[in-house]
Amino acid sequence: MPTEGHPGASAFRTQPALLPADLEPRRSAARRHRPRNPLPALVLGLFVVFFVLPVLWLVLAATKTDDQLVHGNPLSFGSWHALKANWDALTAYQGDAIFQWLRNSALYSFGALVITLAVAIPAGYALAMTEFRGRRMLLIATLVVMLMPNATLVVPLFLEVNAVHLIGSMWSIILPYAFYPFGVYLAYIYFSTALPRELLEAARLDGCSEFGAFRRVALPLAAPIVALVGFFSFVANWTNYFLPYVMLPQSSQLPVQVGLGTLLDDVPQFNPTVGDLAVQRPELALATLLAITPVLIVFLFSQRFLVTGMLAGATKS
Amino acid sequence: MSTPTATTGRTTARRGTLRALWPGRAGHGFVAAYVVLLIAFGVVPTCYAVYFAFTDGNARFTGLSNFSRAASDFRFVPAVEHVALYLVFWLAALVVLVVGLSLLLHRLSARGVSKALRFLYYIPGALAGAAGVLVWLFVLDPSVSPVSFLLRAMGFDTFGQVVAPGHLPILFALIAFWTGAGGWIVVMHGALNNIPHEVIEAARIDGAGAWQTARRIQIPMLRKWIVYMMILAFAGGTQLFVEPQLLAQASVGVAGRDYSLNQLSYDFAFQNNDVNTAAAISVELLLVGLVVAALFVARSGFFDAD
Repeated sequence: MPTEGHPGASAFRTQPALLPADLEPRRSAARRHRPRNPLPALVLGLFVVFFVLPVLWLVLAATKTDDQLVHGNPLSFGSWHALKANWDALTAYQGDAIFQWLRNSALYSFGALVITLAVAIPAGYALAMTEFRGRRMLLIATLVVMLMPNATLVVPLFLEVNAVHLIGSMWSIILPYAFYPFGVYLAYIYFSTALPRELLEAARLDGCSEFGAFRRVALPLAAPIVALVGFFSFVANWTNYFLPYVMLPQSSQLPVQVGLGTLLDDVPQFNPTVGDLAVQRPELALATLLAITPVLIVFLFSQRFLVTGMLAGATKS
Repeated sequence: MSTPTATTGRTTARRGTLRALWPGRAGHGFVAAYVVLLIAFGVVPTCYAVYFAFTDGNARFTGLSNFSRAASDFRFVPAVEHVALYLVFWLAALVVLVVGLSLLLHRLSARGVSKALRFLYYIPGALAGAAGVLVWLFVLDPSVSPVSFLLRAMGFDTFGQVVAPGHLPILFALIAFWTGAGGWIVVMHGALNNIPHEVIEAARIDGAGAWQTARRIQIPMLRKWIVYMMILAFAGGTQLFVEPQLLAQASVGVAGRDYSLNQLSYDFAFQNNDVNTAAAISVELLLVGLVVAALFVARSGFFDAD
């Protein structure tokens, strides 16, 4: 299934394929000299606050005690001591549940990533560079499934997986994640624009088999698209909530996203009925921070590489 | 094969006949694994859901009775209304603000600043899903919120007041916008860059100001991207689940329980043990997603499937 749960996240899924080349237009040297209207800057600045403030608050919240959270300045740093205390309390929760969840998330996301790449890259290549019966139909099916929100299939998938007695198995998560039509579409766009057909013809004339042509000519050129598909697949799978929420019955199997929900249940301010298990709000903030760190890191480090990939994959139109 | 020996000659010959008999076999080989996944996790669950939706617990065909049972459930109509209202707010915010911000960013003369801002707007995308909802549970709680002065100024003193049922569509739209807008701004910015500079320059020479250029040239040329964004946002929005689900947890079921259609489907399947009615709702949602996607692929000319 196409993998990402959040409606907003569809932006990621569809962004690079269709992203027109990020070529800045040449600015004309002679810009008008008028007194600047301050309004645009004000609006842009306001939205920086809107988008960044909650993240900043989250980072700082992890360094505070619950008391500081309520009474202190919301944008002040707490103390290293409180951060350590939160860390200790969080890691003591249900044994070391948080690490277990992070490990699970990594297992599901990377497991699916490997399969996705192994499946989507050849499929995109074949759709772009070879002729076979059913090609057009497959392409259209891919486009349609790619545009459908992934959550549509969660309950039906549960019924199917339940029928084959795979509920609770890690494959009930990894395999549906691995089905990633958007990745196939990206690879299709990439190969049909970035790989000259003449190059393949030459390889075939030189005696390469079809597979040889793929392996020796197409794959070495595929690094950007591997990175791109990998990025979107990883982010989509890491942030997915609905599918594992439905598929996995045991706490020890949960990915961190669903684990956060478990933690939330034990925060007394949100659920007054919790007893001894109580999780303090700063611990929840710290857990959230840990949960998003891998994606944030990927964001930070893949920026440049991704722009290259987008440029390469986006010149179709 | 410049020096054909007996064996390679034979394999080449065999390859030749195979090629003649099955011309697309290489292509089929490359897509085989993908087709297996497509069938196993796209086609089969769809068929399975349809099968469940039209049968009862004893696998007897029941016509539309599961659909009418779902529709007559007291939670169904409110759930449709909730999702519809949420979509109105979300789509409106998305169109107005994403287009507006993209145009403003595009006008910035300092390219580095524009790039940095796009990145900052994009950051909440890392918090898609449960993490973003949790952050907003805090931000919307006046006792710990970084903007508690704002909440208090609007007359909200407790978390319960903020998440009153009437506010939920706006709050969910806010969260969705916060996580999703940045990605779309990057897309729109790219689309704006694709408008030939000469066109903009010509408009400027003709005396068009920023507003007129935006209204008469840039927005019309962005139209198909805007439609694309709306379509995906609409289809995704009908699937609302994690936001109300976590909010329901955080408010001990006061707000958000059975709020959306997906939650209702989930509850039918897992609380009432009624998978058939759950499947009926899933099929309805599936149909919305499928029709929207198919119409878009067929009519927009966005994807050319050769």
